[in-house]
Amino acid sequence: MWMSAIPSTFDDWFASRGWSIHPHQAEMAERADAPSLLMIAPTGGGKTLAGFLPTLTELADGEHSGLHTIYVSPLKALAADIRRNLGTPIEEMELPIRVEDRTGDTSSTRKRRQRADPPHILLTTPESLALLLTYEDAPRIFAGLSRVIVDEIHALSESKRGDQLMLCLAELQNLAPKMRRVGLSATVEDPQAIAHFLARHPDPCPVLYADPGPAPDIQMLQTEELPPWSGGGGKYAIPRVLDEIRKHKTTLIFHNTRAQAEIFFHELWLANEESLPIGIHHGSLSREQRERVEAAMVRGDLRAIVATGSLDLGIDWGDVDLVIQIGAPKNVKRLVQRIGRANHTYNAPSKALVVPANRFEVVECMAALEAVREADLDGEPRGRAPRDVLCQHILIRACRGPFDADNLFETLTSTGAFFDLSRDAFDRCLDMVATGGYALRAYDRWQRLQQRADGMWQLRDPRAARQIRMNLGTIQDTDTLKVRLKGRSGRPLGEIEEGFAATLTPGDTFLIGGRVVRYEGLRELTVEVTRRANKPPKIATFMGTKFATSTQLSERILNTFSKENWPDLPKHTADWLALQRSVSKLPAADRLLIESFPHDGRHHTCVYGFAGRNAMQTLGLLVTERMERAGLDPLGFVSTDYAVLIWGLNQVPEPGPLFDGDNLKEAFESWLSGNAVMKRTFRASATIAGLLERNWGHQRRTGRQASFSSDILYDTLSKYDPDHLMLDITRDEAMKGLVDFGRIENMLERTNGRIDHMVLNRVTPLAAPLFLEPGRVPVVGEGRERLVEEEAERLMQAAGLDNLPQSQKPKWRVPY
Amino acid sequence: MLVVSDLHLGKSERIARRGGMLLPPYETTETLTRLSDEAAATQPTSILCLGDSFDDRNAVASLDESHTATLQKLQAGRRWIWIEGNHDPGPLGLGGTTLAEFREGALHFRHIAATPCENGEISGHYHPKARIKHTSRRCFMADQKRIIMPAFGAYTGGLDWTAPELRRLFSDTATAYLTGRRTLAVPIPRIAQTQA
Repeated sequence: MWMSAIPSTFDDWFASRGWSIHPHQAEMAERADAPSLLMIAPTGGGKTLAGFLPTLTELADGEHSGLHTIYVSPLKALAADIRRNLGTPIEEMELPIRVEDRTGDTSSTRKRRQRADPPHILLTTPESLALLLTYEDAPRIFAGLSRVIVDEIHALSESKRGDQLMLCLAELQNLAPKMRRVGLSATVEDPQAIAHFLARHPDPCPVLYADPGPAPDIQMLQTEELPPWSGGGGKYAIPRVLDEIRKHKTTLIFHNTRAQAEIFFHELWLANEESLPIGIHHGSLSREQRERVEAAMVRGDLRAIVATGSLDLGIDWGDVDLVIQIGAPKNVKRLVQRIGRANHTYNAPSKALVVPANRFEVVECMAALEAVREADLDGEPRGRAPRDVLCQHILIRACRGPFDADNLFETLTSTGAFFDLSRDAFDRCLDMVATGGYALRAYDRWQRLQQRADGMWQLRDPRAARQIRMNLGTIQDTDTLKVRLKGRSGRPLGEIEEGFAATLTPGDTFLIGGRVVRYEGLRELTVEVTRRANKPPKIATFMGTKFATSTQLSERILNTFSKENWPDLPKHTADWLALQRSVSKLPAADRLLIESFPHDGRHHTCVYGFAGRNAMQTLGLLVTERMERAGLDPLGFVSTDYAVLIWGLNQVPEPGPLFDGDNLKEAFESWLSGNAVMKRTFRASATIAGLLERNWGHQRRTGRQASFSSDILYDTLSKYDPDHLMLDITRDEAMKGLVDFGRIENMLERTNGRIDHMVLNRVTPLAAPLFLEPGRVPVVGEGRERLVEEEAERLMQAAGLDNLPQSQKPKWRVPY
Repeated sequence: MLVVSDLHLGKSERIARRGGMLLPPYETTETLTRLSDEAAATQPTSILCLGDSFDDRNAVASLDESHTATLQKLQAGRRWIWIEGNHDPGPLGLGGTTLAEFREGALHFRHIAATPCENGEISGHYHPKARIKHTSRRCFMADQKRIIMPAFGAYTGGLDWTAPELRRLFSDTATAYLTGRRTLAVPIPRIAQTQA
């Protein structure tokens, strides 16, 4: 039936390789004329080829000149990988097709040439595509564009990069009205949401499903040693993990954070007596190092790779026959996508093992396995479209040349993300981009965009385009410093966060790329290290996302708790839950369990909110602040995905008022405005919106005075212009991200004031692991001030300056 | 006498004029409000601005009327001295006296510290900033011979107190006075330290 859509040359070529065309590939070719199509296929389902087949067949006759298809992927490496993969069929079938990639790594000469003479197929990233759209000659470059393929659209749809890309597709659609859109996605919980995101609004977007293949073979790793009570490393499982590596050809070992991957890799090598070739791969390693590992992997030289999210996306790594997930997966969808990396061949079952890092995670892992078997995926809805990205898009449009505001509004609202954008909201964004949008009309003469007599908007100074291009994109660089071996030029080992670098003193050691290195000093913007490691390493803190357990998984865990007994759980875990039930209660979905007990001379209160790590952290901050005001003298708290444990000098007599919804929301609003999360979000969003430049505050240590901190801008704006649009956007973005207040509200709704307050005389089984949890947050009032004072005093004493005669001490009045 | 340094009034306007970012244009109001508060609290007979009072000379012309009024009010009934800075050389036409340097008793006021060092010198220009316990504070730097003042302006960055060009202006036993809720005296480290 698909023979009509695919020319015989292709059929012969497939036959010559001993392949046959999969049904979903044929269906894609058949429906190639649809304005939008979304394909959902598991990893290894041949979905990239499915995406490209219509392009190859349409270009086979050599009659198309200029650009035909743009392929967009979230990773530069993926673009290069696809170029190699497309090379084979094109060469072997002698197709007259030119394929080139264009990413941040492409040379400027080549980029210039591509603009003058575009290839038939251009492989690129959202940022490079946005950049292309800032040039005046964009209409000529894209005139013949016929198809756009968006790969890994499920990943892009979760970030602002996806929103930016969709705005760019809307622009492309204006330049090439016949352009068709194809999205390629891994298995997701809500394909319709992604289809809506991809298509031109309100066009329909049919969803094609590839055969999901056989169910994965997934189990919990059985170990002799019991999982520890808390922590996240999974170190106890190392002997068993080594066994599994020995039994398989290539094993991928996933961790949730880079720091955990580093520690595990280090421990794995200490136990790796046979020296099995095992590598490590994560986003903080230098490009050279990552490429070396990738190449070794492709050659089949490695038996195992310890990895993080940097390997989540679909680069083909060849013969992986086992995936091990260390630590609770936190999110069923990601677990399924990771499992898919094993057996990258169509129609073979993937094999995976899950390793709970601690006792509680045993419950979570079991819940996740159950969800995978029931194919019940989770995900959070996308939330309101980010207006900072919208502002940046206005600047991108202005770079290309004068524009009409009505036309631009129409283009923006043709995207799935911004279809319900109001004209008023758009006008406010346009005003902010043009004038700064301040209540004080300060920049009338220096507006960024000006409206001409004919009503068109344009850059006041066309030279500003260069600056705008340099600041384009939505990826936020965290402040990191390169790490190099001292005395050897050009050998970067990777990057560490600046905040971590600040805690190091010469002689300290830390882990990077699985090796222990010794901190020697800071030279310009580089951390210099040597191999002389003689102390146990400190652990580098890497930004990376700290995933919160999804709402759906949390519900499954609470559901597990409600059962009579637990024959499916390992005995040690079932016994632990039974003990908790006999001395206190197990948390339930429709009630909020709070336990109070004394321990170590302090009063402790444990709140089982099950709202995920970020929300529980926020809850801890809010509740301790209310306790502070109620005179309960809280001293600190620690939070996990499930609970927050607070300790203090006084007992909490009646917890109800602390969790009163309306008051909590109010407290939240006032707390939020002064919060560091807001300041960090402000910096990120103001940079995306073009109010700040990307390298704001980064000229440190080059001997010049650094730019002042963006915190000062946030404070000044809050004080003099509290209704400014940028503050509104900041609040929106902060609520979506780290603060996660939405899940606190859900929790309050779910429990609706039904609080079980258990007053006990000792630590309960469920609370015990929290005492071992890292990441304790001290509650500070005057505390921080006192710390600084004590340190100053200590330093003066050490320098022998503390006994200056009082009269000589200058008495200055110092403001701020 | 009240002495302030590096007000950098009109900074956001200057950045916008040069085709850059459109920063919140409130720093002149903020800085002058703080200066008025200080003047009200200390009742000085003289106020001396130690240079870089304006981010550039054009910023003077684009001052808001309310800001010029605030300045006039501050200047009324007291001596007012503008020391020239590298950002704002020459007379500003805003009342007060403009000088390259100023001497009063044993003290010698100028914008940029001179080498070799003179006794009793007070200067600005470098915007020194101290870091202890991961906290960053604007600071005065002082030894037996000279004082370098922190920037008073709202939109001003800082130069780390251990930066070589700043550190080498002081003796080994120099002390920094950190601004904040309470003024703290701290010895200035001798070697470059890691920063956060």
